[in-house]
Amino acid sequence: MPRIIILIIALLITIKGHSSVIEMCQSCVITTLEDAIQKVNKCDTILIDGGEYHIENVFIDKSLTIIGSNQATLISKSGDELLTITADYVTIKGLILKNVTMSYIKERAAIRAVKQKYITIENNFIKDCFFAIYLENSHFGNINNNIIEGNATTEAESGNGIHAWYCKNINISNNNIKGHRDGIYFEFVDKSKITNNHSELNTRYGLHFMFSNDDDYWSNTFKNNGVGVAVMFSSRITMLNNQFIYNWGRASYGLLLKEINDAQIIGNMLKENTIGIYIEGSNRVKYSNNTFDHNGWAIKFSGGSSDNDFTRNNFINNSLDLIVNTKLGSNILHHNYWSNYSGYDLDRDRIGDVPYYPVKLFSYILDQAPEAIVLMRSLFVDLINFSERVSPVFTPKEVMDDYPIMDIIR
Amino acid sequence: MWKIFKYSFYDMIRNRWMFIYMAFFLLLTLALLFLSNDFTKVIISLTNIILVLTPLIGILFGTMYFYSSKEFIELLMAQPLSRKSIFTGMYLGLASSFSLSLILGISIPLLFYGLFNAANFSVYLVLCSMSVVLSVVFSLIAFIIALRFENKIKGFGVAIFTWLFFAIIYDGIFLLLLLLFKDYPLENLSIGLTVFNPIDLARILILLKLDISTMMGYTGAVLQKFLGSGMGSIFIITILTFWIILPFMRMLHLAKNKDF
Repeated sequence: MPRIIILIIALLITIKGHSSVIEMCQSCVITTLEDAIQKVNKCDTILIDGGEYHIENVFIDKSLTIIGSNQATLISKSGDELLTITADYVTIKGLILKNVTMSYIKERAAIRAVKQKYITIENNFIKDCFFAIYLENSHFGNINNNIIEGNATTEAESGNGIHAWYCKNINISNNNIKGHRDGIYFEFVDKSKITNNHSELNTRYGLHFMFSNDDDYWSNTFKNNGVGVAVMFSSRITMLNNQFIYNWGRASYGLLLKEINDAQIIGNMLKENTIGIYIEGSNRVKYSNNTFDHNGWAIKFSGGSSDNDFTRNNFINNSLDLIVNTKLGSNILHHNYWSNYSGYDLDRDRIGDVPYYPVKLFSYILDQAPEAIVLMRSLFVDLINFSERVSPVFTPKEVMDDYPIMDIIR
Repeated sequence: MWKIFKYSFYDMIRNRWMFIYMAFFLLLTLALLFLSNDFTKVIISLTNIILVLTPLIGILFGTMYFYSSKEFIELLMAQPLSRKSIFTGMYLGLASSFSLSLILGISIPLLFYGLFNAANFSVYLVLCSMSVVLSVVFSLIAFIIALRFENKIKGFGVAIFTWLFFAIIYDGIFLLLLLLFKDYPLENLSIGLTVFNPIDLARILILLKLDISTMMGYTGAVLQKFLGSGMGSIFIITILTFWIILPFMRMLHLAKNKDF
């Protein structure tokens, strides 16, 4: 037995002995990245020690690790792409990447990964690039702890922070993304995880899903993005404990759901958005333990949605709680906390004795004539809201919470 | 003028009704703070009540005060005093005592509750100044009504109708117009229509500090740009100044030409 262990250790040492570290700096033997990549063997490490390197379209076609230290910076010569990864098991760490400029013809990216597996992109700082990280057909990748700062001004002239297309099992966590078109963009990406990212000030969406299934995103913060966060045409997405904050504007939503099936939306915080969640054509989605705080509308619910379940959510100080322009149908709404609830609880079971009607006449009017917003909270509006509540004519009568909870749900 | 102001002011603040008015706001604010610990919610409830009550009390009490001190006014007019100074003094006495009891009523509980950070403080300032502006405007309208109508019953009737008009009927017509012409761009119309109602102006200015700005995005660019920016607040303040100056001139004009 001990012999085998010794044998294994010896084997490990010899394997390790094969991979070597090549140092590259401005006063070293090797001064260019192209040179370094050519000279190294598979599984070697290139250590870039400081300095600025003007490069363009460098292909990484071997499995190797590139580590930057002392502010090692890669700058694009004429604005074209910096690194393209075409091999499996490539790691890129600690680099600063800059100056990939906008193009109408090509989706230029600071780091592009094409048809490979198991790449790791960690601790990089990507500044003022058109697309920052672009994954095509790449699986089992890890993208962690990067700081990505773009300079996007308009939607048409900007690229995405992390762009993933036809990928599987990738893991994106702890990144800080700012000033791109979409912070994180997923198209045909399955079984992937997005956790603990911070996406802010992007011109379009903080996070954008298209045709992606079985993905999870947890504990991310999406703040002050152009038009919110969008999840479209996807199935079985789990959204847990995220924060959607301060998305203001006519088409601004904390969370936009379009053609979403079988999703779980649990424990999220939606605060100060024009519309908290906009729901269109979504089926079998479970919403629970979410908090809607100080939104214009907490939920705007459009047609073609069925079997959605809203239970145990907090609706706190929203200007309007809910707008539904169809019948509630097979959707379920009960056991929520509504701060606008004015009923009573005589039997002291902490559940209100009279139902709560979240759709107000005024929200119905606003849907017809948005300019009526200038009349919000006027006495006349309060009066018509009251009379509508007593005898509903315009608003759907069956949209109600039968068991409104009296206390905020923790 | 200042003597008349002083007399009228002291007369007013010793008035039982002024104490009741102040005590009402004091208790109301206390109760609201006691029931809810969310400052925004307290301010919204307070706004709702102030927007309804201050114009009503201002216009009713103003007319009442004018009618009841009519003999005193006639006595003053027998003295070598200009009508301008008499009526300005009387009016200022009424308006300032009103504002004082209102501000004390709201401020004391809020200050003691100590909810102040910078953002809350600016909301509080706007709320206070708007309630003062509304009392000022509506007591002016009260003086105008009382000067126009010799008959008390008629005067009160007109006063109540005026309040009803500005508080409810105007907004009803406003909403009806918006719904009737909803196929057209209505943003300029909706800004234009608010100008003619001081209660709407005050409400929007307070709400701009609160939740209306979240929703403003929904209404489209013009309204958002106009009301959502600093420009909107300046515009509203300017119009409200006009709402004080123009009725004041009208009141003086009526007072000068009236045959007592």
